[in-house]
Amino acid sequence: MFALIIGGGKVGFNLSEILIEMGNEVMLVERRPERFNFLKERLEESVMYGDGTEIYVLEQGGIERADVVVAVTGDDEDNIIVSQLAKEKYGVQKTIARVNNPRNQQTFDLLGIAPTVSSTAAILSLIEHEVVPADRLVHLLTLREQNLEIVEAAITGRSPAKGKEINELNLPEGILIISILRGIHSIVPSGSTVLIEGDRVLAILSPGMDEELRNILVEAAK
Amino acid sequence: MGSNVAKTLLREGWEVTVIDESKESLLRLGEDYAGGFILGPGLDIDILKEAGVERADVFVASTDGDNTNLVICQIALRQFNVPYVVSRVQDPFRAQFYSDQLGIKTVSPTLSTIHMLLDGIHRFQRSES
Repeated sequence: MFALIIGGGKVGFNLSEILIEMGNEVMLVERRPERFNFLKERLEESVMYGDGTEIYVLEQGGIERADVVVAVTGDDEDNIIVSQLAKEKYGVQKTIARVNNPRNQQTFDLLGIAPTVSSTAAILSLIEHEVVPADRLVHLLTLREQNLEIVEAAITGRSPAKGKEINELNLPEGILIISILRGIHSIVPSGSTVLIEGDRVLAILSPGMDEELRNILVEAAK
Repeated sequence: MGSNVAKTLLREGWEVTVIDESKESLLRLGEDYAGGFILGPGLDIDILKEAGVERADVFVASTDGDNTNLVICQIALRQFNVPYVVSRVQDPFRAQFYSDQLGIKTVSPTLSTIHMLLDGIHRFQRSES
């Protein structure tokens, strides 16, 4: 596989090293002269100097035969432009773009740039998972293209679902309970599984069903 | 560049709002500038809305970052359906691709300068022959 990687920061550099180690061909593009010199010593022929948002640099880097283009600079607008050029000018099948500021995610979505990776958003969701109050849903994963999300809800002492079978919850369409984490065990539930205090329930939701699930599992609407 | 466009349009009777990340650009607009000014990144959709992008007839992106301009213009065009969207793009190749393929009007100062230089040379050439 040949990967063209734009942006030789920590992410781009480590990614390049690992891909090369795995036997892949890599070209890493870096525009900061000092950083380029550092990379050149480590990666030798697999790194080139230039602005990876310029068409002739991309062509020199081999974009026309790239199996995957990875845009991991520190500038979201640069990552967007690289991905657009790769897809729409050169027909590259697979592009992966980094989102630095989670506020820009909607712009990546608007312009059809997917998949995206955001370490800020990932860390944010981990923090949310650790410090979330018991009465809230934790968003574990959003499947953008499928328009679904996976959330976690805790069954507390005052949860309306405590002591009930899943059948009795009368879950509406668009909510599916996929697993129950109880202590160190995870249970694949059936309709007759009873929820108890301390359970953490994983559910898959259609958009807009969050509040409904919260009312059923966590706290009845006031 | 943006400040000159803003001041000229304002004189011509347009309603104008400028977005810029630095307060210094407000100085460049001058004391008598009577248009709107929003401090913040133009890439931010909330800032664009605050500046009134939803009812804009014309959207001009003229920062010194080609990629910033091209991305903001696509937001104005695709999300807010602004009727006339124009972007400053230094790099002639990117300018051409985005105007040909993605429907953004681009102005390339580099390309304009090249044309002016060549025109001058051609005029000289003709006067010599």
